[in-house]
Amino acid sequence: MAKPRFDIRVQPGFGTVALFTFAMLYLPIATLVVYAFNASDSLSSWGGFSLHWFYEAAENQAVQDAAWRSLIIAVSAATMATIAATMAALATTRTPPYPGLSFKYAFINLPLMVPEIVTAVALLIVFAKVKVWTGYSGLGYLILAHTAFCIPFAYLPIRARLEGMDQSLERAAADLYAPPWQVFRRVTLPLLRPGIIAGFMLAFVISLDDVVISEFVKSGGQDTLPTYMLGQLRRAVTPEINAIAAAFLVLSVALVTVFFFINRKKA
Amino acid sequence: MASAAEIARRDEQSKTRTRWLLSLPALFIVFIAAIGPLFVMLAYSFMAKGDYGDVKPGEFSLDGWFSVLFQRDIFDDTVTLADAHLSILWRSVRLSVITTLATLALGFPTAYFIATRPRSTREVWVFLITIPFWTNLLIRTFAMQQVIRNEGVLNTLLMWLGIINEPIPIMYTDWAILFGMVYVYLPLMVLPLYASMEKLDFRLVEAGYDLYAGRLAVLRRIILPLVKPGIVAGSILVFVPSLGAYVIPRVLGGGKNLMLANLIELQFGAGRNWPLGAALSISLMLLVMVAMLVYVRNATRSGGGHG
Repeated sequence: MAKPRFDIRVQPGFGTVALFTFAMLYLPIATLVVYAFNASDSLSSWGGFSLHWFYEAAENQAVQDAAWRSLIIAVSAATMATIAATMAALATTRTPPYPGLSFKYAFINLPLMVPEIVTAVALLIVFAKVKVWTGYSGLGYLILAHTAFCIPFAYLPIRARLEGMDQSLERAAADLYAPPWQVFRRVTLPLLRPGIIAGFMLAFVISLDDVVISEFVKSGGQDTLPTYMLGQLRRAVTPEINAIAAAFLVLSVALVTVFFFINRKKA
Repeated sequence: MASAAEIARRDEQSKTRTRWLLSLPALFIVFIAAIGPLFVMLAYSFMAKGDYGDVKPGEFSLDGWFSVLFQRDIFDDTVTLADAHLSILWRSVRLSVITTLATLALGFPTAYFIATRPRSTREVWVFLITIPFWTNLLIRTFAMQQVIRNEGVLNTLLMWLGIINEPIPIMYTDWAILFGMVYVYLPLMVLPLYASMEKLDFRLVEAGYDLYAGRLAVLRRIILPLVKPGIVAGSILVFVPSLGAYVIPRVLGGGKNLMLANLIELQFGAGRNWPLGAALSISLMLLVMVAMLVYVRNATRSGGGHG
């Protein structure tokens, strides 16, 4: 059979628009990264290649503190969210329907439906009161708020993994008189591990990226890296903020790449 | 001795108990730090505003809700529509609709392009869409700022090409917000569109051509109806966060071009009108829910036809 000349899959102009889209997606990010290497003091002029602003950012005490705080919050929130989400996923998958099942599912995913700004001001109202009552104004509020909005993100991949898991191995272990806890620890948990890792990473990235909820929940002097950058954008911007953003960007891309390959192996 | 039925019932009861215990931590955290506060906010929207922010506890008032759309003249007590709020509401809806349409116009061909690549390279194209998607929203907004500011890439390029002589001021206009939202939310349109196009059965397209349909007719009468669930899903995923956008208008719109989220923030800051802020937040949430309902209705209607 001769190769058909008329390709039924082609729509005229679509390729051009697609390439434009890809260019549009990457051009701003590329600009941002290039200007991070600008030796000049301002963003308006190019003063030659330099790592000056990376050193400047790394030595800036406020940046260090904010980065450290972001990391503490993201690790704590992602850990708690992953544990809570794993337990909830075990209770809501691979069971015959029972009263409350769909309620739990809807409730856990509800934070995804509420606009961030709405959750943020609602938390502002409640935490303002709690701060007065308890006198505590530490990082706990930020960690708690982050844990809550990370739970649905951790829950989805764990649940998906559980649903695709073969139950026969667990049944076999139980038939061989393994007590339930041992079945869970020796069979279920190792099988579930890729889902748990994916859930944790997703939660970690979501927490690290959060701007809006952190901005409203944080007390004075509790800037995370994103809220610090947001605050800096109000002033005259130097390439230092490009350097911070570029470093942040590299971290996110690295995490996403790892996530991508973990997921691909599974498929 | 207990009967077999009794034992089965008890077993089932203990399983249900275990399931509730297991889900309890997640449900509890989501309740105290996400859902519960919404109810507190609902209560706040019906209270009188405090003199220095906060509310006068227990003092019932509808002023917060009244001020969402109306204002009372302080001298002669006449009631008029709150123009400032209406114009912000109108800007939010208008910009969100335009953003949705623009991302659809760019995203549809892009998703189609990816879906028609050979299977082996498709993953790479999808990955290229996912990377910006997972990049911090603030960083992407800031990146857009560097493109559209007066000395930015766009103006420099246009001046170098001789198309314009003076830089076009884009920053701190509605256009800046629009550019930012299209840029930031584009992946949210492409991904669901791609998901539904990937499943597209090209034998139907072929049948269309066999029956003498042109390219446009095939696109309009065959491809579009088949990927409609993807279009609806993508539109919702873009429209909902656009409506509640906070960072993009704050960074790109400056202090003047507020959207709903910035108006809400204002009430908890300089505006010192928490009940109004709470009422506005709930209004925003209702708008979002209406959009979701439309989506669910559309999804169930078009879901049964093909699968």
